[in-house]
Amino acid sequence: MRRSLLTPYLMAGPAVVLLVAFGVFPVLVAAVVSLTDMNISGLADFSRVNFVGGANYAALVEDPDFWKAIANTGLFVVVGVPAVVVLSLSVALLLHRSDGRLARGLRSFYFVPAVTGIVAISLVWGYLYNTQFGLFNYLLSLVGLEQVQWLSDPTLAKFSVALVAIWRGTGLNIIIFLAALQGIPDEYLEAAQLDGAGEWRITRSIVIPLLGFAIFFVTVTTLIGWLQFFDEPFVLTDGGPLGATTSMSVFLYKEGFRLNQFGYSSAGSIVLFAVIALVTLAQLKLRGTDADR
Amino acid sequence: MPTGRARPVRPAREKGAQRALSLMVVVALTVGAGVTAFPLFWMLSGSLKPQRESISFPPTVLPSQPTFEHYVRLFTELNFTRYLMNSVGVVLISVVGLFLMAMAGYAFAKFEFKGKQPLFFLVLATLMVPVQVTMIPTYLILNSLGLTNTLLGIALPTLVSGFGVFLFRQFMSTIPTETLEAARLDGAGEFRIACQIVLPLSKPVLAVQAVLTFITAWNSFLWPLIVASDQKLYTLSVGLALLNQQLAVNPSLQMAAACVMVGPVLIMFVVFQRHIVQGFTMSGLK
Repeated sequence: MRRSLLTPYLMAGPAVVLLVAFGVFPVLVAAVVSLTDMNISGLADFSRVNFVGGANYAALVEDPDFWKAIANTGLFVVVGVPAVVVLSLSVALLLHRSDGRLARGLRSFYFVPAVTGIVAISLVWGYLYNTQFGLFNYLLSLVGLEQVQWLSDPTLAKFSVALVAIWRGTGLNIIIFLAALQGIPDEYLEAAQLDGAGEWRITRSIVIPLLGFAIFFVTVTTLIGWLQFFDEPFVLTDGGPLGATTSMSVFLYKEGFRLNQFGYSSAGSIVLFAVIALVTLAQLKLRGTDADR
Repeated sequence: MPTGRARPVRPAREKGAQRALSLMVVVALTVGAGVTAFPLFWMLSGSLKPQRESISFPPTVLPSQPTFEHYVRLFTELNFTRYLMNSVGVVLISVVGLFLMAMAGYAFAKFEFKGKQPLFFLVLATLMVPVQVTMIPTYLILNSLGLTNTLLGIALPTLVSGFGVFLFRQFMSTIPTETLEAARLDGAGEFRIACQIVLPLSKPVLAVQAVLTFITAWNSFLWPLIVASDQKLYTLSVGLALLNQQLAVNPSLQMAAACVMVGPVLIMFVVFQRHIVQGFTMSGLK
């Protein structure tokens, strides 16, 4: 009997220990480290680490680079979230409408970018964006337009980097929307058709409202994803030119691992965590009022 | 679905308009699919071009003289054999994580024990924590454990995911308790039941998780980048990032390297598409 009491702990133990060690405990460590001046020398010798209270947070508020990273992240969110949601919803609606064998085969093409690794993909897009021998500039020259500095013009680079993330980000959401579309009972649509409603009308007045939860869910997860936007600017532009594509996450990585300012970077990560937690809470609250209706 | 089965009789003109619309949708979808997949085609085509052709202007669509020299160079002159082995190593270690997640899922699904609720809450809470917060502390933890610059250290932070445990629990709750009780009456030990009855019954969710685990481990970039400072431990993704800085003038070589990394995942995708789509659908509903 004693043995069987222990059994569930032995089974769940390893996974729970790992999750606590690398998922929960680090949050506490980050909170503590954010109150210290820990850097590379503190890594070798903990006695060199001093408690500095809220100094890191005060410095963040004064740091123009931090504000620039916040502004960039805000822009990425404003551009990226609507683009991903609208694009994936439209493609899902069209894919769902044409249920033939051809359309089924086409689905894979839309899903594939979602499983590709960012580093490999950044090489490919970097080649496409190349100013001297890239395909995009060649296409521009075909229609008589001037050459464009896709990744070295500070304003354009933001959009070039976001485009790659939009390309990679839609596949997963298309899958989610398609699953939700399959869940809509045929009777609703048939009833509307019998009433003489046209296709566009049915889509707008019946299908999209019924997708409410899926749209809401995709919007929130996409929003959280863009708040943490890291991979694309990190590998394509390294946050440049002149910090134009430095998102909050890239800023935190650079402060932490390039400049070894562990305390300072941790303070920034706690701020990011707070923002994301607020968004998640807002989601729960909204979902709650949604269910009341 | 807008094109329901019980369609009312409509005038012929309207039907023709519908068919024209359907055709337009298919054409639009085909063009969209082509545009979406184009970067991957460009990657493959570029990897087979001689260097001079890949930087020629105007660019050629298909290689005029296809060559495998860049692939050969990656594995002979550059360290890609090593990077590939390291990536495979990380994937193999993550199989252990798959097993641990299945075991934990089983415990949370089919056992009653003290602290079950708070522990499961803890598991779910990890889903909310962004990686930027755990980045530095995890590095500090691995460093104090002496695990920086080891393959284990690269794999450990993402070895188990709260979502994986959750998914296993959801699935295993549907296994009838009578089946397990019968095995217990026959005198089978708990771990034997888990491995010989529960795991085989959980094949669908195992397949989904196995595919997702492979893709995540294969593509993982941030942890190898942070944990491995020794070139000997670079995985494909880190090796590729390095190549980006070193060899910007040879796109053919870069495209070949990108193919080496994307190829296995693409093959996985084609073979296991059903599982991947299923897995993503489930991960969308977390």
